Amino acid sequence: MATYGLLIDYEYCTGCQVCEVTCKEEHDYPVGKWGIRVFDDGPWEIEPRRFNFNKIPVPTDLCDLCTERTAVGREPMCVHHCLANVMTYGTVEELAKKLDGKTKQVLWVPQFKPYEAKGPFAHDPSKGLRKAQHLQVSENVSAERMAAQRGDKRVEEIH
Amino acid sequence: MKTKATPAIKLDTLSDVNDLGKPWRYTDEGLTVTRSSIWTPPGCHPVGCGLKLYVDDTGRLVKVEGDENHPVTQGRLCPRCITMKDYVYNPSRIKHPMKRDPQYRGQDDKWVEISWDEAYDIIEREYRRITGTYGRESMIIFVGTGREGGTLLPYATMSFCTPNFCYSQSGYACYTPRLAACAYITGIPYPELDYAAGLPGRYDDPEYEVPEVIMLWGKEPLPSNPDGFFGHSVIDLMKRGSRLISVDPRVTWLSSHADYHLRLRPGTDTALGLAMIDTIIKEELYDKDFVEYWCYGFDELTKRAAETPAEKAAEICGIDAEYIKEAARMYATAKPAGILWGLAVDQKRNGMQNGQVIVDLMAITGNIDRPGGQVVGDINSGLNEGGFGFDKGIGPELGAKMIGIKEYPGYCNLILNAQADLALVALETDEPYPVRMGMYTGNNLMACTSGEPRRWHDAILRSLEFCIGVDCFMTPSIQASCDIFLPLATVVERDGCLFAEYGAAPLYFGACNQAIDPGDTKSDLQIAFELGKRLNPHMWEDYNDVYDFINDLRLGKQFTFDELHKEVTLQQDISYFKYERGDLRRDGGLGFNTPSGRIELYCGAYAQFGDDPLPYYEEPPFSPVSTPELMADYPFVLTSGARTYAFFHSEHRQIPYLRELNPDPLVEINPAVAKRLGIADGQWCEVYNMFGSAVLKAKITQAVDENTIHAQHGWWFPELNPNDVDENGPYHTFRSNINNLNPNGYQGKIGFGAPYKCMICNIKPAEKSYDTDMTDVWDKFGKLV
Repeated sequence: MATYGLLIDYEYCTGCQVCEVTCKEEHDYPVGKWGIRVFDDGPWEIEPRRFNFNKIPVPTDLCDLCTERTAVGREPMCVHHCLANVMTYGTVEELAKKLDGKTKQVLWVPQFKPYEAKGPFAHDPSKGLRKAQHLQVSENVSAERMAAQRGDKRVEEIH
Repeated sequence: MKTKATPAIKLDTLSDVNDLGKPWRYTDEGLTVTRSSIWTPPGCHPVGCGLKLYVDDTGRLVKVEGDENHPVTQGRLCPRCITMKDYVYNPSRIKHPMKRDPQYRGQDDKWVEISWDEAYDIIEREYRRITGTYGRESMIIFVGTGREGGTLLPYATMSFCTPNFCYSQSGYACYTPRLAACAYITGIPYPELDYAAGLPGRYDDPEYEVPEVIMLWGKEPLPSNPDGFFGHSVIDLMKRGSRLISVDPRVTWLSSHADYHLRLRPGTDTALGLAMIDTIIKEELYDKDFVEYWCYGFDELTKRAAETPAEKAAEICGIDAEYIKEAARMYATAKPAGILWGLAVDQKRNGMQNGQVIVDLMAITGNIDRPGGQVVGDINSGLNEGGFGFDKGIGPELGAKMIGIKEYPGYCNLILNAQADLALVALETDEPYPVRMGMYTGNNLMACTSGEPRRWHDAILRSLEFCIGVDCFMTPSIQASCDIFLPLATVVERDGCLFAEYGAAPLYFGACNQAIDPGDTKSDLQIAFELGKRLNPHMWEDYNDVYDFINDLRLGKQFTFDELHKEVTLQQDISYFKYERGDLRRDGGLGFNTPSGRIELYCGAYAQFGDDPLPYYEEPPFSPVSTPELMADYPFVLTSGARTYAFFHSEHRQIPYLRELNPDPLVEINPAVAKRLGIADGQWCEVYNMFGSAVLKAKITQAVDENTIHAQHGWWFPELNPNDVDENGPYHTFRSNINNLNPNGYQGKIGFGAPYKCMICNIKPAEKSYDTDMTDVWDKFGKLV
């Protein structure tokens, strides 16, 4: 099965945040939860009169690439509404081709709820088969040996 | 006027599964979808962005999506329209008319729900009583921007028949000074950057040329679609090769992507403009043919500009002289080149001169009425609404009583508004006569537009015996001072017509198509119509219903809403070089619609209204140069009001998804200043000067330099208990209102322009935090009703 992603031409992302808001509307994410965030890098001065000021949208762990929409062949909401028209949805294979030859782009391949995606924990019976020998050994533990695991001078007080 | 259906142009990122070619109404998976080109409420400038409104079988709006069929927005939308249903179904929205005994003004729990009939009965009774005693001029209508009611002159000329329609900002420091400058110099209403909005092929249309250079002057169009210009058209054009020059004291995303960022001291723009003109003339980079055939007063302008060479402007503006010259060369050499001029032009006392130098730059480089330069309407476009109903409803005798018409004829006659600064004086003193009745429509002056808002508050409460508020939500201004509340329908609950670019740069028409039942709310057009039928029926005899009114007012009776609404958008015919064909003058003569028939670089109209016919620089009334003695106490230049994506002026504070983007009012401080004053990022600060103070939250950023502080505007806090009113006013609007620091009475000579973007201030850490609790905002407004 193909892997899908979002190609972002951040040369022209203006930071309008419509991706953030339309995602929340589409998914009913409440205040405090987001499917995509726009991060600011700037403005900071590179040299006199020249500032670095990039806006970079980053999908979160709640981005499902608008499964319901993309299932019927439509683009995700963020792509549809992006004011600067800098987001493209597609397979990683086709988006990777578009990466070539144009600078200031980033390709995201988000994972919705990555821990749930891994599935519940289940013990693998083929793992952990090496066993200890459980030899019956007893030793007197001296204060000096304990001190090897401590950094203070109060070891004597243990006794 | 000729119009044509608008072909949709598919964006490359849109899937092959899409709604291109769908009719104005269709069904999609059991939902009824209505396409609309929306304009207010919620407030915004009239771009008329394309929306698809999805309504379920119970009649509820369940989803909003950008309409890919719209010729300009092409499916794209900003956060404010995406949250439309959070606005429509907001639990704090007011959906029925209300009355309140005037003795309980300011008290939220004293409002009583009533019917429209009762509301109209009360309004009619008070109108007859007050105007019967004091005359019709005793009523004032406070208006604003970006709402249909905010520019609906017929409220004044036809419904109430009062001459005092009043945009309540000192010096009308918003848009109109630019309109006035352009009208007086060129006879054209507004020279918009040509972004091919009226051409069927858009940027690829054979008629169009992509501007080589776009100069953004005091305008950051991306967040606000200012004046009806779709801001992200600049991005479309950058992708097609346009390069930028930015004139802005702040570092913005656009300025950081410009070849030249002329980072001037706020308020010094006119000196910069004179230096650019001087450079272009001295280096003979101007369009000699255009100047010879179509301009008047070039020699006089040459002499005047020579008094402010780049070296002199460098000292005034704080920009290197050679850098100014290089930017001027870039603009003058580029063909075509367009200027986007913005609000900052108006927000200085000599805003008219700032507008003048910009229009002169457009003119001497030959970029007016040229593809990819400045697109302008012809003589038949955009003029229908100016003065609509005025002659019959007001007439010369009552018109002569308009507040300020004697002192500022160039202001009052041009925009048919009471002069704002003198209207405040009238409310305070009863001079020249008592003003006793008021109405807010698209205006929230105590939170938003007006300098010294407490002064306006006191003046209004002192003088108005009766006041009406029209809005979707309770506002601080209505809460403080109104006796009747009329609930306004949103744009998805009413039919109407997009007023593209306020009619000043006519490019296309749009239909606001009703998608859901308005319940007990009504549109401004409907209210104006119904109140007019009651109060002054002689003005409304030609109209049987509100559609007749729309067809006349918005469509000039040239076609009907019925014809428009199925098309959703219609482009107007755009043509260029109209001055060579006689399409810019009423008499059909060649040239421009001015007394000389040329663009008046030496402007007779300015002289007629008592100003200099040539542009000149004037220091802001408070600045390091004009008031050096104040700089020890107020060492920073204060600029305010940069736009955000989250809000339209004082709107949207009760929409949780938008408030979340900008929970608190922000003040921008340079890192070096913050370090010196011991202010941490996110710390609340008091910004203050001799007129007042406001508390805002520090954002430490290199966006401002070490001499400048920038503060957001339009703040109030709808989540606060409305009955908890202290000296900060309803919803504590005066607490963080940066206009506390902005004065009235410093307008320009013609009456236009005021120093909102170039005051002085100081800043210190505040004693406590006022952080917004977003959980509280979500709890109060997140559950839709």
